[in-house]
Parts: sequence; C-alpha cells; structure tokens
Amino acid sequence: MVIRFAFLLAALVLAAPLAAAQGTPLTLASTTSTENSGLLGEILPRFTKDTGIAVRVVAVGTGAALNLGRSGDADILLVHAREDEDAFVAAGYGAFRRDVMFNDFVIVGPRQDPAGIGAQKDAASAFATIAMREGLFVSRADNSGTHKAEMRIWRSAGVDPVSASGRWYKESGSGMGATLNLSAGLNAYTLSDRGTWLSFRNQGDLTIVFEGDPPLKNPYGVILVNPARHPHIQAKNALTFIDWLTGPRGQAAIDSFRISGQQLFFPIAKQPQR
Amino acid sequence: MNTILNAFAEAGVLLASFDSDFLAIVGLSLRVSLSAVLIACLIGFPLGAAVALFRFPGRGAVALMLNTFMGLPPVVVGLIVFLILSRSGPLGVLGLLFTPTAMIIAQAILVTPIIAALTRQIIEDLWGEYSEHLRSLNAGPLDTLGTLIYDARFSLSTAVLAGFGRAIAEVGAVMIVGGNIDHATRVMTTAIALETSKGNLATALGLGIVLLVIALAVNAGVQIINAMGARKDAIA
Repeated sequence: MVIRFAFLLAALVLAAPLAAAQGTPLTLASTTSTENSGLLGEILPRFTKDTGIAVRVVAVGTGAALNLGRSGDADILLVHAREDEDAFVAAGYGAFRRDVMFNDFVIVGPRQDPAGIGAQKDAASAFATIAMREGLFVSRADNSGTHKAEMRIWRSAGVDPVSASGRWYKESGSGMGATLNLSAGLNAYTLSDRGTWLSFRNQGDLTIVFEGDPPLKNPYGVILVNPARHPHIQAKNALTFIDWLTGPRGQAAIDSFRISGQQLFFPIAKQPQR
Repeated sequence: MNTILNAFAEAGVLLASFDSDFLAIVGLSLRVSLSAVLIACLIGFPLGAAVALFRFPGRGAVALMLNTFMGLPPVVVGLIVFLILSRSGPLGVLGLLFTPTAMIIAQAILVTPIIAALTRQIIEDLWGEYSEHLRSLNAGPLDTLGTLIYDARFSLSTAVLAGFGRAIAEVGAVMIVGGNIDHATRVMTTAIALETSKGNLATALGLGIVLLVIALAVNAGVQIINAMGARKDAIA
C-alpha cells in the first residue's frame, strides 16, 4: 500500500515538469514597473515571434530580482538600480550588464498638494518640504529599485524619514501597485515610476505633483546571470534575448510602447559590441 | 460601492466569455489545488488513522503537531519550499522552482496536516464505536484501518473539502514558489493579487467572485456524491 502511494506521488510530481520542459523557456526576473505597465506584455511576444524562444517573467522588486540571479533561479535580469547592478556583476554573479532604456519617477500626491511641493525647484527640496510639513508619505520600503531611488533623494534632502516611520512616513513593504493603493487610501504622497502610475486604475484623488528633475531619471539595465557560476543557465538563448532587446528590433519595440498615447520607456542601448 | 457592483458585472463577463487565458488560469488553479489535496489525502488518511488507532510513544505529541500544523502560514511554507527548490537549495538540480509542481508541493504541505488531523479525530471517534466488533472479528491492523477509513468516508469528505478550501484560497505559498508567471504559474489567487496591485479593483473582486463560484461547484459536487452514496447504502 505504502509503495503504491509512493509511486502515485512520484508520478504526480514528475509528470508536471516533463510537460513543462518542452523548449524550456527563459526565465526573466524583472521589476513590477516593466510588468505592471504592460511593457513586457507588449515586447516579449515580438521577441518570441522573431526567435521562437519563450520567456517567462517573474515580476518582483529589483532587490528580489537580484537575489533570484544570485541563487541562479533566473537566466536574465531586467532591473533598475545601477549601483547594485554593477556590484552584482563585479561580484561575479552576473556575466555582464548592458543599458536598455530609461523612464522616470514622479512624485504622486493629493490634488490639493497640502505640503505645497509642486512649486519646489528640485526633487530633494520637494522631499525636504514633505518632511518639514509632515505630509503623509508612503514608502515602498521593499529594497526595490524605486525604494533605493527614494532613499537617494531623502539622503540628498538631508532627511532621515525612517525615524518618522509609522507617523507621517508609512513603510508599506510591498510592490508599487499595493503602495499606490495605500497612498490613494491615505491620500498620501509617494514616489512611483511613471509607467505604473499611468496604467494604475485606482488613482483616487492623487495626481502627479512633481516631475521632471534629472535625479528622477530611472535607467534600466539587462544582466546575464553568470553561466560560469550556474551551469544550468541557458546562456545561448539568454544572449539571443539580450542582443535582441538591445538591438534595433527590441529598441524599436520599447520606443513604440505607449500608454494612453504617452511614451513611457526611452531606449538607450548602444549597439552591442560582440 | 460602484466598484463592488462593477465586480459582479466583471465576474459575469469573465464567466460568460470563455476567454482562453482566463480558463487556463481557472484550470491551473484546479489542477494545482486538486493535485495537492490528492497527495495530502494519500498521506493524511493513513497517517491520521494510524495516529488514531495505534499506541506508540510520542503519539500525543504527533497529534499535537498535526493540530498545530493546521495553522501553518502559507507564506512560510512557500518560503521553505522556495529555499529547498531554489537552484542554490538542496533540490535545485530538479529545476522545479516556478513550475506548477512546486505549487503542488507547497499546497500539499499546507493541506496534509489539515486532512491528517481531522482524519485522526474522525477515526478515533469511530474506533470508539467499532473497536469491540472489529476485535471480535480478529481484524488485522491494516484491515481495521481500511474498514474505518471506508466507513468514515462521508465524514472524511468534509476533511477533504476543508483541505481543498485551504489550497484553492491561499496566495502566499503559490506566489512565492510559482512566481505568478503569465501562461505558466498564474492561478486565481495570484491573478487577484496582481489585478489589485494594478488598481483594477473591480476585476480583482470579479475574479474573487468567480473563485467562490468554482469552490461552490466543487463543494456541491462532493455533496451530491455523498447523497448518492448514502442512498445506495440505505438501499443495501
């Protein structure tokens, strides 16, 4: 009886991966900003059509995506936290990194802008004003690329917001969408990438209150997880993907992506030197 | 209020549309959760019955553990299974992370204690009624176990439904080990989480309503089978 159970178990557990293994798709760990905005849904089918290679997207924060690369659970990373990306490659977890595109962050907040940050000259003074007037602010606080960018701005504003955690500074510890839902509910300020904001359907009374400062620029890089460290990485297909994404076809696909008529991602890849 | 009303409209549209992507998500939800429940039954029935029937040292502790593990947090189970199946984990070579199999394993771990613990209680109660009769027949331990499980089948179906309810409704474990990959590991609950994060609250709630309808259908199915079985028993 026990043996029969064991066989049944083994059959059940083994049957699924066999079915899934046909033409093993690439695993791309990316950020919620590229997935939730619909960018990947737009460009990946074109890649698959061009090359016959399927891509599976695991959308997490940049910090979590880098961890998936470190443990070898993804073939390719498409992330946005330049310093961490360079450190990742330098430590040997990534084979190389290439520029892909940029978009930008916007400061979203209540239409009435109670802290009056719309008139500030740059993002740092906008943040400093929020802190000074104790305007409600929701932070991703999840080690994502957006969270890291937010912390950089707080540093240049000379403010340590975490000391106000739980008072005017709320740490959601979740993705961009959940954080925007929280901000809409609290009528609070938050930092969002433009793509997620524009495609977000529960905006409530929120609007973009500050945008356009150069430190709000948000560059994305693509990284090949190091096949020397993880031999199961599908290096050949992954390279095909990276060459496509940073080549004319992929860059044109990024360039033509629009949400309600607005361009969100701007291609910046140099032609690959290979 | 509008969102809630819209949700019912969305649910209706989803159910009526027979959209292939949507049906695939529903199908995967059922496949993952039903497989997990099946595995949990194969382990949980004999385990629960054994703990109910046999005297062995530490029996009380095992029963206590089973009851405690009914409350396993899905996100913790997800994390443990993730770490084991990760390429850097002990079973990484199998390449199971971000597959439906990983989701089945995680849910089976969640459901097994529920089925085992409820089975133990049900069989223990039944053993109180049957023990003298079975002893007088000189039934061996395996026969006894089989007889009790068979005769308790209607009560056990409730245990199975409790396990199924746990599996089909949880999001924490399948999100971590499945990765919510479109056309691969997206199930009803992770789709609901995704739509919520996109701010599509009506769609998210609509999916939730559909999930409830499916759970209703499964429960109704089991109830009908039970009723038919009971009638057959009454005739026989």
